[in-house]
Amino acid sequence: MSNGRELLRLNKMPHIWCPGCGNGIITSQVLRAIQELEWDQDKTVIVSGIGCSSRAPGYLDFSTLHTTHGRALAFATGLKYANPELKVIVLTGDGDSAAIGGNHLIHACRRNIDITTIVFNNSIYGMTSGQYSPLTPTGSLATTAPYGNIDRTFDLSQLAVAAGATYVARTTTYHTNQLRDFIKKGMQNKGFSVIEAVTHCPTYFGRRNRMGGAVEMLNWQKDHAVPIRAAERLSEEELADKFIIGEFHNKPEPEYCERYAQLIANTKGQE
Amino acid sequence: MKKPVLMQGNEACVHGALAAGIGFYAGYPITPSTEIAELLAEEMPKVGGYFIQMEDEISSMAATIGASLAGKKAMTATSGPGFSLKQENLGFAVMAEVPCVVVNVQRSGPSTGLPTSPAQGDVMQARWGSHGDHATIALSPYSVRESFDVTVKAFNLAEKYRTPVIILLDEIVGHMRERIDIPEPGTYEVLERPKTDLSPQEYQPFDAPVDGIVPLAPFGTGYRFHITGLTHDRTGFPSTKPAEVDYKIRRLTSKIEMNTEDIVEWETYNCDDADTIIVAYGGTARSAQATMELAREKGLKVGLFRPVTIWPFPEKALIDIAKDKRVIVAEMNLGQVALEVERILKQDIEKVNKIDGEPITPQEILDQIEGV
Amino acid sequence: MKKQLEVRLSGAGGQGLILAGIILAEAALYDEKNAIQSQSYGPEARGGSSRAEVIISDNEIHYPKVISPNVLVSLTQDSYNKYKGELAEDAILIVDETVEVEADIKHTVYQLPLLEIARVELRPVVANIVTLGAFQRITGCVSYESLETAVLDRVPKGTEELNKQALAAGHKAAGDLLAR
Repeated sequence: MSNGRELLRLNKMPHIWCPGCGNGIITSQVLRAIQELEWDQDKTVIVSGIGCSSRAPGYLDFSTLHTTHGRALAFATGLKYANPELKVIVLTGDGDSAAIGGNHLIHACRRNIDITTIVFNNSIYGMTSGQYSPLTPTGSLATTAPYGNIDRTFDLSQLAVAAGATYVARTTTYHTNQLRDFIKKGMQNKGFSVIEAVTHCPTYFGRRNRMGGAVEMLNWQKDHAVPIRAAERLSEEELADKFIIGEFHNKPEPEYCERYAQLIANTKGQE
Repeated sequence: MKKPVLMQGNEACVHGALAAGIGFYAGYPITPSTEIAELLAEEMPKVGGYFIQMEDEISSMAATIGASLAGKKAMTATSGPGFSLKQENLGFAVMAEVPCVVVNVQRSGPSTGLPTSPAQGDVMQARWGSHGDHATIALSPYSVRESFDVTVKAFNLAEKYRTPVIILLDEIVGHMRERIDIPEPGTYEVLERPKTDLSPQEYQPFDAPVDGIVPLAPFGTGYRFHITGLTHDRTGFPSTKPAEVDYKIRRLTSKIEMNTEDIVEWETYNCDDADTIIVAYGGTARSAQATMELAREKGLKVGLFRPVTIWPFPEKALIDIAKDKRVIVAEMNLGQVALEVERILKQDIEKVNKIDGEPITPQEILDQIEGV
Repeated sequence: MKKQLEVRLSGAGGQGLILAGIILAEAALYDEKNAIQSQSYGPEARGGSSRAEVIISDNEIHYPKVISPNVLVSLTQDSYNKYKGELAEDAILIVDETVEVEADIKHTVYQLPLLEIARVELRPVVANIVTLGAFQRITGCVSYESLETAVLDRVPKGTEELNKQALAAGHKAAGDLLAR
């Protein structure tokens, strides 16, 4: 297998991400997943919203659509629905998908439209220099939470499960092989898939919260991520400062575009 | 006996969309435009088209743009509050030059206003609703039949100029039922989306002349390019270079303004001998027609100038017909098109405005003419 | 008939007067006249009083709203009270017999047991079609044949015969009244 350079727009490099940013790790696993599943470069569309992670499509040599803040899934829904032949991947961030785009996320889950959504969860608004998001841990510092964040957080993966996504998994930028595996499974799921990729923002989250640089933050991920099975054996206290990784949901349900195709067939049959 | 067809303006809009080859509709329920969604929900599957009710107005606009990028002729419809919600993504369609049709069946505002009452208060919002400099194409039909015609034309203009086109219906025309003889296919022009003759290697999605466009290659056809709401260069990738930014943003306006004569449409009635010209559009033009008849019965020389295209405004035609005559602009707002008419004619004009949720009556315009 | 006839049909929401307005307008089209129908929207269409308006003309109709009705139809007291304003000087009223009109009213009033005919002889739901039958007999502004064709176009399948009877019953009741 090639090293994947042909899937990149090398002339658009260098990218805008800060040194040590985890976005490149996730993006590279997306590309490897596409490569390993042999998705057609000409039939794959990558859609994003606004934010650091949403700048990824500009570097990827596919049909790419960089939309408005929070709305990537709504654009992607129109694209996929209007041409179900297209393979559609959405790259989004925690602010993009859980705050301004939260409504679109839950409804995309509910419809179970065949789109794979990868949430780059770096716990912060990076593009605007470090404001808290719905996934910023309570107590953390942010420019708009100088005394510590008093908001409760979403468990985005559980939200996606509850809203009806048919494949939901979470892992981290430390667990790259698992991340690629989950992305592939999401892409293979005929339905709506959410892969929450916990990543690190040394510049705006790490520095303010005294978590060190990229290496320390990756180690933090390793130390605080608990696989589902292991978590089952731990008490609430033991899990208090941890987060759970793994596949939360993998259960096929009728896919939205297929249902509509059926509706068209039935309607025409009645004519 | 041939079955006569009685239809609402909203329904005629749907038939116009179908005649134009609509392939995708996304919408959200809102009065007084809901009939458009309801009828398309019924009709679209029959023609193999895609109908989707989205979770809100914002996503309806977004999905419409997404579907257009997939190569479908796409439309969404809404009313007042929904039109406000669509503005950000409408601006995206302007910036990314994605053809689509946005119907706004105007109701009384601001805010929730009078949901079932007519108004024409969104004329300036259609022009300037989204942030940043751009030009707009907006059409306003005055009859059920014209709702059909204007919708076909809106799709044609959207594809020709790679831009969103707004249909400013109003509650009067949207909801009233009158006779329509739907024209036979082949008797009206339907433009298909222009195709590029460049190879994927040569293709640049925004490498357009100042007065034109580059055909938009649908996603998934081997043309791999980037679409963004960030200001971009001819290749479609973000750029902050002043010369490239300047060219891009000026072109968003010039590609419309330099083709004004191709875009604009208007009607005149009894203007030849008229010393008084009423300017009215949409539902209010119906009142003005009746006024004109009442006035003529009294021997008053009154004519009517009726822009079908509100943006760009048929500037030249208005000057030819109304310059230095007595001009009365009647509209269901506090004087939005009146501003444009004043700007064009550079003379004092009179206004008949109504914003109480009721249509302007023929008598009210006549009273203005007679100085009552 | 004068060159433009303005009709206001009013009653309680759910009595089917909006449908009656659409049917009347379509009947006028069958007669090769012009017609415009409009109606009240919103919560009042679901209870309370509702109205449909139809303009019928041999000429082109410009202003689509009724300004001063030449015919007011009211099936309920509430709707009569609400919509009786601005009548044309020569206006006629066609009202259900349960509607009390002012003793000194200057308009010609036709009071008919429209709701009762529907309820007793047919089914309550066809009161609107009974009304159209009476309306046709009294005003003659559309032909009976066109009206019947328009009714059959619009009513649910399987109810054609019932609606034909309703139209005829209203027509007859009005005929009887005129004969008296």
